[in-house]
Formats: sequence, C-alpha cells, structure tokens
Amino acid sequence: MRRLLRSSTMIAGLIGLGLAAGTAAADTQVASAQPGDADIAAMKKLYLRPTEIPFPKDNAYAPAKAELGKTLFFDPRLSRSGVQACVSCHNPSFGWEDGHKTAVGENMLSLARNSPTIINRAWGEIFFWDGRAESLEKQAVGPIQAAGEMNTPMAVLIERLKGISGYQKKFDEVFPGEGISEKNIAASIATFERTIVSAEAPFDRWVAGDEKAIGEDAKRGFVLFNTKANCVSCHSGWTFTDDSFHDVGVSATDDIGRAKIVPGVPELQFAFKTPGLRNIDQRAPYMHDGSMATLEDVVRHYVEGGIQRPSLDPEMKPLALNDQEAKDLVAFMQTLTGQDRPMTLPVLP
Amino acid sequence: MRLIAIIIASQLAFAAAATADEVTVGQAGKVFNPADLQLKVGDSVKFNNDDTVAHAVLVKGPHESNLGQIKPGDAKSVTFDQAGTYDVKCAIHPKMKLTVTVQ
Repeated sequence: MRRLLRSSTMIAGLIGLGLAAGTAAADTQVASAQPGDADIAAMKKLYLRPTEIPFPKDNAYAPAKAELGKTLFFDPRLSRSGVQACVSCHNPSFGWEDGHKTAVGENMLSLARNSPTIINRAWGEIFFWDGRAESLEKQAVGPIQAAGEMNTPMAVLIERLKGISGYQKKFDEVFPGEGISEKNIAASIATFERTIVSAEAPFDRWVAGDEKAIGEDAKRGFVLFNTKANCVSCHSGWTFTDDSFHDVGVSATDDIGRAKIVPGVPELQFAFKTPGLRNIDQRAPYMHDGSMATLEDVVRHYVEGGIQRPSLDPEMKPLALNDQEAKDLVAFMQTLTGQDRPMTLPVLP
Repeated sequence: MRLIAIIIASQLAFAAAATADEVTVGQAGKVFNPADLQLKVGDSVKFNNDDTVAHAVLVKGPHESNLGQIKPGDAKSVTFDQAGTYDVKCAIHPKMKLTVTVQ
C-alpha cells in the first residue's frame, strides 16, 4: 500500500507540492568536472521527491493505527523505569534525534552509538546503524526490550498496557479481535514512524525549478557533492542514503558495527549504515559515534580521508577541496532542511 | 515390492543429482542479475562479482548461508538442496535482492 502525501496531522508539510513522480536512480554518479546545465539537470533528477509514502502490504496505513503508534511512541511507560519513551532519543525538536553524542539509556547511562533519526524511514531498507532489523516493525520493538535502553521485556509491557483501560480500547478499535500484542505494538509504532517525512526543503524547490530557492554557494556545493567530493556514492536518492554499510574511517573504538551482525566479511569491519541527510543541520552531533560536532567537522573528515585500515571503503580517498569548496558543501547540506510542521503532543491514556 | 520402490527411488535420486545445474548470477551495478530464479533441488548458484565493488551474499530460507565477501572478479557458489523460497541479499548493499524458488 502506498499513501499519498496529503494533508495529515502527522505529515510534515508535504501538501500540494506538485512534484513529478519519480524514483531516484540511486548510486549514479555524474562525473563531469565542470558540468553544464544539462548535467546539473540530470543530477537533479536523482533527487526527486516521491509523491507517496510506501507502506507494506502486511501493515497497511490506517489513521487510527498511526495515532495509536504515536501515543505509544511518546509514552514513557514503555520503559521499565517509566521515564524514557521512544521520543526521548528520537526527539522531533532535534530532527528526531536527541542532540547527545551518544544515546542515553536506562539509569542515564550513555550507550555506544548516536541516536539515529526516524525521518523518512518509510523508505528504509534495513534498520539500526548495523542493520540488525530487516523491517521497521522489528526495529520498533528492539529498543523497548534492550536491557541498556528501555529495558522492558515484552511480556511485562503487554501486561502493563493491558492495565491501562485507554490502551485496551484503542488496540481493540485498531486491531479488532486481536488487542494488545507484540505484533500490534510493533505495527502501530512502525506505522507512526512511516508518517515522519521531511518537509519540502529549499533544495526541493530548486530541483523543481525555482532558481532562487538556494544560494549560489549551495548550487556549487550540490555539484561538488555529485562530482569531485563524490558524496553521492553513498548519499544517494532523495533521502540521501544508499542504506548500505561502509567503513568511512570514523572512530577507533572496538565497535565493529555491521561485522558483529554479519561475521566473515572484512569489508563490514567498522561499517555502519549510511545516514540520510534530510534535516541534517538539525541533527548534530554527527556520525555513528557522535564524534563530530558540526557539518564543517564532517566535511573536514572526508577531506582528510578517515582512518586508514583494511576495511576502509574504497571510495574513501582524501579530497582536494579548498576552503571555499568545503563551505559550499556545507551550504548545500543546509538547504536540505524544510519547515517541518511542529509535532503535537498526544494525550496519553 | 518394497525393493522395487527403493530401486526406483535410488534411480530418481541419481537422475536428479545427474541433472543438477549451476546458474550464474551477476552483480554488476549493485544488482543481482537475474533477480528471480526457479531451481530444482540440488541446483547451485554461482554468484559472480562482475561489479567494481565487493559484495557479500546472505541466503535466508529453508537453509541459511553466509557466503562471505566476494571481491570484484571473484565468484562463490551455493547449492540449494532443500525445496522452498529463499531471499538472497547483499550484506553490504541490502537493496540488492534475489528471490530463489526451489522445487
């Protein structure tokens, strides 16, 4: 099922864009060093916004289901301590991250990785930094049960929710004859998460033909992004991620990333999933370990080429960018943030 | 009667083994080609990395396999010895998908 991106209390400002339907042709790099208008037009086509949110056939969209998922997402009673909700780490005020270097779990203990955003995850292929969940439904119930995070065994959570009459009623309405279960908790939260879509950004208006939507520095940055800087080799498509795993030479800790999930693949040592770049200037700090405070730091990292080790992605090579080009790249990334509609808080049952 | 059945079954098994095929799947452009396969029990698939980047094939279904890293120019094979539907992905590039139906 696909849901048209139309007016909704939870859709972030994507009304009436009139964008052409299209699928971003991922992973296609336009290689010209000094591209002309036709080349830039071809680059733009790689980033066209879709017109619908995709929902899986086995968890179709329903407004009441998304609303229930939103209620669960904001409810701290999903954590054993009763003080942490999903939104604690995925906060709309921070681009659905939390502003911390690494996430904070139960008892205020710091976790190993930066909280990833939930923006545009309806288009996600695989979930978590290391890809350990193959669906948003599986992802949704992971942190709830993880000992270091919300630390609530599913049986405990189900009993707790059954003790709240308002939840009994909501689950019965959304899932007649089924009620409260792990499957339905997961389905509800995942449905809500799929409705979190980044709003039209200045970049999108430029792609759609408004030449004044972004500055000349950002336009130069876009060309660099797709050519000399080669960011597009991983940050592809309208969400700016290939949903693939790369060692980009960040962090010398013992966190081996994807290699822990899929052993025996040298290229997956220290490899983490490419994050999307929508609303990126709201989502500091950056990288899987939150080790970079600013977008300037991130660009500097790519200019330097990252930690040299056998697993370093072959696309990671020092970049010959001057200071102005580095600024242009940052200016471009800053055009990827739109005016997302403020999220209203649910009244909890 | 039972002896005849055993002999026939043995001959059928021998015939199946004798006709097992190997199908080559390419990976150029971060795409499995072909993206769907219909196989017989006992057939194998040779994953040929004709791409410019490394891939890593994961097979999930009635039996599961992690073929490990396949560098450009290399190839690895896996035999499908149980009937069923298998989902094959690249562990590095999960958008690379292949469905294998074994009968």
